[in-house]
Formats: sequence, C-alpha cells, structure tokens
Amino acid sequence: MKTFRIGGVHPRENKLTAGAPITHASLPKQAIILLSQHIGAPAEAIVAKGDMVKVGTLLAKANGFVSANIHSPVSGKVAKIDNVTDASGYQKPAIYIDVEGDTWEESIDRSDALISSCNLDAQAIINKIDQMGIVGIGGATFPTKVKLMPPPNMKPEVLIINAVECEPYLTNDHALMLAKADEIMVGVEILMKAINVTQAYIGIEANKPDAIELLKHKAQEHKGIEIVRLQCRYPQGGEKQLIDAVIGRQVASGALPVSTGAVVQNVATAYAVYEAVQKNKPLIERIVTVTGKSLARPGNYLARIGMPVSQLIEEAGGLPENTGKIVLGGPMMGRATQNIEAPTSKGTSGILVMDDSEAHRIEPSPCIRCAKCVAACPMGLEPYLLSKAVAIGNYEIAEERRIYDCIECGCCSYSCPAHRQLLDYIRYGKGKVMGIIRARNAETKK
Amino acid sequence: MDIITISIISLASIGAIAALILYVIAQRFKVEEDPRIDEVEQLLPGANCGGCGKAGCRNFAESCVNAHSLEGMLCPVGGNETMKKIASVLGKEAHEAEARVAVVRCNGTCQYRPRTGIYEGASNCAIINSLYAGNTGCAYGCLGCGDCVSVCSLGAISIDPNTGLPVVDIDICGGCGACARACPRNIIEVRRKGPKGRGVYVSCVNKDKGGIARKACDVACIGCGKCAKECKFEAITIANNVSYIDSDKCKMCRKCVDVCPTGAILAVNFPPKKVVEPTETTTQQKQ
Repeated sequence: MKTFRIGGVHPRENKLTAGAPITHASLPKQAIILLSQHIGAPAEAIVAKGDMVKVGTLLAKANGFVSANIHSPVSGKVAKIDNVTDASGYQKPAIYIDVEGDTWEESIDRSDALISSCNLDAQAIINKIDQMGIVGIGGATFPTKVKLMPPPNMKPEVLIINAVECEPYLTNDHALMLAKADEIMVGVEILMKAINVTQAYIGIEANKPDAIELLKHKAQEHKGIEIVRLQCRYPQGGEKQLIDAVIGRQVASGALPVSTGAVVQNVATAYAVYEAVQKNKPLIERIVTVTGKSLARPGNYLARIGMPVSQLIEEAGGLPENTGKIVLGGPMMGRATQNIEAPTSKGTSGILVMDDSEAHRIEPSPCIRCAKCVAACPMGLEPYLLSKAVAIGNYEIAEERRIYDCIECGCCSYSCPAHRQLLDYIRYGKGKVMGIIRARNAETKK
Repeated sequence: MDIITISIISLASIGAIAALILYVIAQRFKVEEDPRIDEVEQLLPGANCGGCGKAGCRNFAESCVNAHSLEGMLCPVGGNETMKKIASVLGKEAHEAEARVAVVRCNGTCQYRPRTGIYEGASNCAIINSLYAGNTGCAYGCLGCGDCVSVCSLGAISIDPNTGLPVVDIDICGGCGACARACPRNIIEVRRKGPKGRGVYVSCVNKDKGGIARKACDVACIGCGKCAKECKFEAITIANNVSYIDSDKCKMCRKCVDVCPTGAILAVNFPPKKVVEPTETTTQQKQ
C-alpha cells in the first residue's frame, strides 16, 4: 500500500462518527460572518446596516489576489458590521445578520438533479470559482482559484484529490464521499478542465473501505480518474506528503507544491466547485463533524457558515458537564477554544469536545535525546533542536535548520516521551523566522 | 649534564624567545586606545543592558569619551550619580537627566479579571500571544509568564505570586526598557520617575470598547474621558478607547484618580490621604 516516505505517526483513529449520515443543522437566530475566513487579505464588506440579504447574496468582496468573496449563508437583515470575539479570543471584524426565513437567491439551483456536463472553458471555470468564494475547505482555507492559476513556468501535469482525512475523529469528508460521490466526480472533472490535465488521482486512506469501493465504482464512468488506496498514516493529508504518497515526487524545500507537476485539492473543495460551477451555489455551508466521547449525538452536521459553535454542540446533544476542552478542527492540528459563542467559518472542519480526563497536557520533563521527534517529522527536520533554538532566541540556527519548512502537523509533540512542548516553540519560531526573512528580502530589494 | 638541567635551560630559553616575540608583536601592532575609556567603564554598573542605546557598557564608555558634550547621554541604571562621576573624569559638563522607571500598565489580578480557562502550553508570553487572547477575557492584558522578568539584567522585575502580575522594584529599576521591548502586548512603559518614586498612570491598555473591556476586567479603562476633562494640564489623551497620561506633563494632582469610575488610574508611592481612606488599589500597589 502506498504512503509517504519520511516520518509520520499513526494516532488512534477514534472515528466515532464514521458512516454517520449527513444531518442538517437548524438555522441560527443570528449568523455572524467573519470577514477573514481564508488565508490572505480580509474581504471588504459591501453591505450596510439594515440591508436585506438572501441566501447567496454577496456580502463582502475579495480584497486582492489572495483573498476570497464571502456570501450570505442566511436570509434576513444586516444587524450591524462590528467586531466579534472569535475562537482565539481576539476581536475580528464581522457582519451580523438577523435571520428571517430562508429565502435563496433565484440564480441558485437548489434541486438535487445531477448536472454532469460543463461547457465552460478553463478561464470561465476559474472565474466562477473565484466569484463563488471557494477556498480550500480541508482546513487551510487557501483561495482555490490561486491554486488553479500556477506561475507560468510551472505546468500542472496531474490533479490529486485529497480524500485522506488523516486527522483522528474527523469524518466530514468520509460522509460527503458516501453521500455525494457522483457530484464529487463531476467536480473533479471540472477541476481537471480548469488546470488542463487528463489525469486525476483521489487519495483515500484504507480506513474508509466503503468510500474507496463506491468511488472506484463511480470512477469507471469517468475517464482519467483513479482511486488510490493509501496506508493510514498521519499527516498524509498534508499537501507535500500526499504528493509523495500518490505520485512519489517530493517537493523541494521552499518550492511551491505545483513545481512537482501536481495540483492538490480537497475532496470537499471538489464538491464545492461542483456546486459553484454547475449550480451557481457559493460556499455558504459545509459539513462539520461534531464529535467527542462524551457527546450524546455526535455526527456530521451540514451547517451554515457563521453559526455559533455552541449551537452546533447543542445539536449534538449539548455540552456535557465534565468537558475539559473544546477543539476546533481535529485533535492533532485543531486549536482549543474557550469561546464557544465564536462563529464557525469556511475552515471549521470539526468540533471536538474532550472530557476532563483526556483534555490535559502532561508536564514536560527534560529532553532525553531519543530522537523520536526526528524520526516522526514528515519534513525531515530536527524538532528538539529547533524548539531549543527558539526557546533561547537563536533564530539564525532555526533558519539554518529550515524551521520555515515545518507544516505544524504536531507529530513531534505527539511522539515525545518527555511530553515536551516542541510544536509550541517551533510554530512561534517559524513565524518569527518568516518575518526575519521577509524583512531581509525587502531590504535587499531596496 | 643531567636531564634536569637540560630541561630547565631549554624551557627557560623557549620562554624567553616566546616572550620576546610577544613583546615585539605587542609593540608593532599596538592599538592606541584612550586610557579614559577603561576608567569610565569602571564607573559604569556593568549590567550591559543596552538601555543607553549602545551595545553594552564598554561601547557607552567609548561614546562618552569621544563625544563633545555629555548632553543626552545617560546610563539609565547608574543614573545622574554615575554621569556626574563620568563628567568629572572626562572634564566635561554634567547634564542632569530625569530618572525613568518601568511601569506595568495592567492591574488585572485574578480578583479583578476572572480566568476563563486553563493554559497548559509553553510558558512564554510571546507564544501565548501568538496563539490566542490568553486565559482571561482581556485580549490586551498581562499574560503573566514573565518574558519581562527573564530579560531584566538587574533583577528589578518579578512576578507577584498573589496577583500573577509583574512588579517593578523602583529602587533597582534603571528604566532601560528591556522589559518593555520583551512584552508582546506592550503593557510595560518607561515613564518619568517622580520624586520619591511617585507616579500617576492609567493601569490598562485595553483598546476594546468600554463594555467589552469592562466585562473582561473590573479595573479596565473604558475610555469614558472623565479624567481628560478633569485634567487642567492637558496631560491626558483618549485614543482607541483607552486613556493615556503623559508623564512629562502630569503634575500629579491626582484629580483624575478620584474621578475614574473603574479605578483604572493608579497613584503609587503617595502617602495615604488624610481625609479620604486610601482606596484598595493604591494600597495594593504600594505593597
């Protein structure tokens, strides 16, 4: 079975909601739509207080090339444009909408009928994706159109669809594949057309045999789409790891992934592309896995963006009394939050409720030089050294040892027998070193 | 000749030749240096804090010797005493400079600013600040992990275990500003040190709107502007929902302290007022 070559770990999968169908979450009373739901510049609001909006009305326009449009996920009245405390506790600008009914824009095709033919050319597809505010909803929320427009000297040869879902607990992509296999296939074909390639691979980990079976069956009717069964290993869903696992090419340090000839898109993004191009539907809702051992009704909820996290937990049976931690995303890369009134965004893939017994971190003890972190690092770095360099403020060593290559997967902290907080330091140091490099580049340009 | 004599003679001659070579080289490549630099360096505290703006005490001594006048030069740790001694050594005129001291502009103790969660990650303010707003409702307040403590070369700042906030020992602090630069939230400010260490300042940097700030912390500045109206010396300005007292203009009349509705303005190191009982916050600061 294929997998990537360097490092990696295999945490307990805990896919409590595997095979659970998609449940529609109820509408919130008030939706709060953050203006920054993607990597890049925040969008610019184009509605004002008191405006009536429908589902799918453009609320905010992309501000620059690396940015994305944001559409209304609900219908109602714009209550205010103000700051909101987001999941990190910081104030972020957002649009508040008081929900009234559920009226959709007429241009959106809400029928379930499959539209498999697409007559648009590559540029028209990319424009549509741009217009509909599609971003990579696997987690990184990078604007999709940017990835479909690689620099002119790099030619895409193959499309890789990321259906790995290597994070423990999360099952939203799995549920989507079981429910919308036909639509995903059409979405993949549209993406292939957009970057002008004839071959696409869908990488799925072996722990989803039903999805592999179903997509293999569907792929027979679609030319050039192949399903690749992958060994279960974290972080296989990382872009660079997935390229290595599927086509055996490694991305050079500092290079764009597309330099290997592969463009990677998430399977949920492919579905969003199908809806955007064929049904005129912007990215206004997504599947969120609400899970945790102590929850009464864990499941895969189709929820409008901008819904408070607390309401989704309510849908799943309410917050258990012994809750110790709430994580947005999966347990490996997700971030704990203490503000469950924060709204969900395009990148919210999961809500993980941990009970008190499993929530706490263990006190770190001194490094015993076992080098388990070195063996686990999928980027071939030396986490013990990098974290120490950052702790003492020696950013020259950190840069020399390529701290900027870190993908923040957390394999080092996970594998450390001394429970050292390796990623905490490395993540901070990476930001610091990137800042130093940017400042230096700006200096040399002058 | 026996072996001992040979050894003594050969070692002594090697020593003599080496000494000769070293002497010749030392004379040939001698660096002419003003002897006063060493003298001035001896007078400096040797903290190498960089608070004077130079790369350590030696560098500061060099600039003192080379400068035409000592105006604008101050060793913040040694203070005016040291500058007077340096001036007399160099035969230059001494310029009095105001003493400055670091001030922690956050009073969000556990009592005033309830904790909303438990943080178990790396114990470093800069890392917490990059991750989230911290384990209280205030996104501007002190994180209490002591990045300021670890950079202070004089040991003038420490975390009070009862309040979780840094405390500056005004007798030791030289106002070099290393802690202010280390603080990821810019809470620490280097201000003019009043007579007997007295000072009046707004102990809050929260830029959120009043309601949000107050919800997070009982002693937050809500930017109401009462203090600015009360001040006769135009020392107080309100910007971004937070008040600021300019220590160079402040005459320490303490009228602003009395009108502040949240108790965000602190007057420290004053003797207790005769008529009015000292407020809780001022007594706490003095301790």
